[in-house]
Amino acid sequence: MLLLGLILLPAAAGLLATFLRSVRSRVAVLVGVASLHVVGTAWLWWAHDVSALGGWLAVDALGRIVLSVVSLVFLAVAVYAIGFLAAQQAKGRRLFIRCLLAFLSAASLVSLAHHLALVWIGMEATTLALAPLVFFKRDRRSLEAAWKYLVLSSVGIALALLGTFFLAAAQVDGRPLILEDLILGAATLRPGLLHAAFVFLLVGYGTKMGLAPLHSWKPDTYGEAPSLVAGLMAGALTSCAFLGLARTTEVMAAAHQTAFIQPPLLALGLASLIISAGFMIGQADLKRLLAYSSVEHMGLLAIALGIGGAGTYGAALHLLNNGLIKTVMFLAVGNVVMLSGTSEASATRGLLRRAPITGALLVAGLFAVTGSPPFGLFVSEFTILGAAFHEGLVWLAVVVLALLAVIFVGMARMILGVAYGRADADAPRLVETFPLVAGSVLLGGLVLMLGLYIPSPLHDSLAEAARALGGGAP
Amino acid sequence: MHSFHELILLLVVLSDFWVLGTTRLSSTIRATAIQGVLLAALPIALYLHPSVHLIGLALGTFLVKAVVLPYFLTRAIREAAVRREIEPLIGFTASLMLGAAAVALSFAIAPRLELGSIPSAMLVPVALATVIIGLIVLTTRNKALTQVVGYLILENGIYIFGLTQAERVPFLVELGVLLDVFAGVFIMGIVVFHINRAFDSLDSALLTELKD
Repeated sequence: MLLLGLILLPAAAGLLATFLRSVRSRVAVLVGVASLHVVGTAWLWWAHDVSALGGWLAVDALGRIVLSVVSLVFLAVAVYAIGFLAAQQAKGRRLFIRCLLAFLSAASLVSLAHHLALVWIGMEATTLALAPLVFFKRDRRSLEAAWKYLVLSSVGIALALLGTFFLAAAQVDGRPLILEDLILGAATLRPGLLHAAFVFLLVGYGTKMGLAPLHSWKPDTYGEAPSLVAGLMAGALTSCAFLGLARTTEVMAAAHQTAFIQPPLLALGLASLIISAGFMIGQADLKRLLAYSSVEHMGLLAIALGIGGAGTYGAALHLLNNGLIKTVMFLAVGNVVMLSGTSEASATRGLLRRAPITGALLVAGLFAVTGSPPFGLFVSEFTILGAAFHEGLVWLAVVVLALLAVIFVGMARMILGVAYGRADADAPRLVETFPLVAGSVLLGGLVLMLGLYIPSPLHDSLAEAARALGGGAP
Repeated sequence: MHSFHELILLLVVLSDFWVLGTTRLSSTIRATAIQGVLLAALPIALYLHPSVHLIGLALGTFLVKAVVLPYFLTRAIREAAVRREIEPLIGFTASLMLGAAAVALSFAIAPRLELGSIPSAMLVPVALATVIIGLIVLTTRNKALTQVVGYLILENGIYIFGLTQAERVPFLVELGVLLDVFAGVFIMGIVVFHINRAFDSLDSALLTELKD
């Protein structure tokens, strides 16, 4: 009942919002549903063995972590939307709230589905729900971005559907495409079809994650979409896409195919790190910089899955950290855009003086996102690299460290310039209202907490997720 | 009537080639409409005693792929002055050759997949060939609308492959997939309409402002 509620409530509220006249009441519905969703998701951390629709929907450790990221990120974005929509023209606002709520519904479906075809349906729905919002500015550039996003994501996700059907064909007995039955009967899966299924699912969900070389839609889409939509994509949408790949990995690990999946995962992950490092140096736009940062972190997640062992624990933790901090960064950049009218880095200087909280969030976010202590990403990246050493992949750890250093330089150069650079004394300042900073402060605080202390229920969940992925806690 | 489904599958391949070889946009849309009718008939032709589930699938497919989407796409291009695919990245003859190679490759690969019992030996090769031809259309054509048609063909190929599992995959799932495809093409059609308005052309090749 609770599971169905988490999926259906946002969808129903989206319909309701269509009929509400005033903007104020629609925004109230958005924030209200987001809060209820967080409460429902929190409840799942205490409830045990919840399932619905005959096992099609169920809660497991990894799904719960992804759902929590989605829920928290959505709440922050919904609160931010109060401030954002107040500054916009009336046109398009109705569609905006409907699309956001449709996304929450679809993302919850992805997190809770244990039927792999249902995972696919939810994933495609998340893609489509956000597509109209990429075209929010109604100009040529956003049109181009929306087109690339739609075509590349749709083709990618279509290949994932083919992979899902291959997986169904590989299955000999048990309920078709139910995750538990696939894992239980993993030894009987037909290997040839299983390998083909993995390749298609990796390409499909890899495109949605934005792994290089399947990432080309990402900088354009994040660059042109409103910052809060880009934040929702980088925080929640990519987490859902990772879950699609992780479900596949769970089946492959249960079928003892880790040797088969390791090379492609490591290759795509390293390609993502190399491409993002290359394009961050000399980048001129804050949102495109963050898009490449998202490519980088998706690459790290793929590498972590490929390493196996304690790397899987690192992957689950990194997923949580990355989802939260990416949203913080994009919402902060959203404030920069409000201040300067553009996300081009050269247009904004002296942010710390002109918008102190936003500036502080951006600088703290810079250190967090590049994996510096005391933030959560340091812990998760450290776990992943430690696992690489432990599994005998020393070369990999060294290469990754070198690339992370390059990425740090590329990001720091731009963001520190925006935060500290010299601005005119009469440069406009931003009135940082509660909605514009509250969500980012909350999520940023959580990332800081995860760097200092991991609560034991979370640790148990991470360890359980790691075991499902064929690894374990460090 | 035993080989009726083989006739349908043959016609599906022919409609793939029709899209590869034609220059008229309206003609490519007609080809997908015909393909939609064929796909709707396929589940009934494959199984001699179709269940309610298969009949529902056939009806849904007919409605979405043979009626609504072609009608919608036709409306989306009605205002466009350009009705032809002028210069594809790869010429028409070359893309037909590529299509032929795709069919040959699919028939070579399909028997190697250990698929167990499937209703027709031609099902998997035709599915794979349609997927590859959809990808060819998507990647080699300049007009945004033709790319949407390519995406539809790609989805149709996956649908045909899905029929090998039709008895096992529940109706709700197929309905969801159909709904997603419908919504996807619908939104793409709207974007095509906007591209037409913003650029006075349906060329997606004009979309080159964003790059690093």
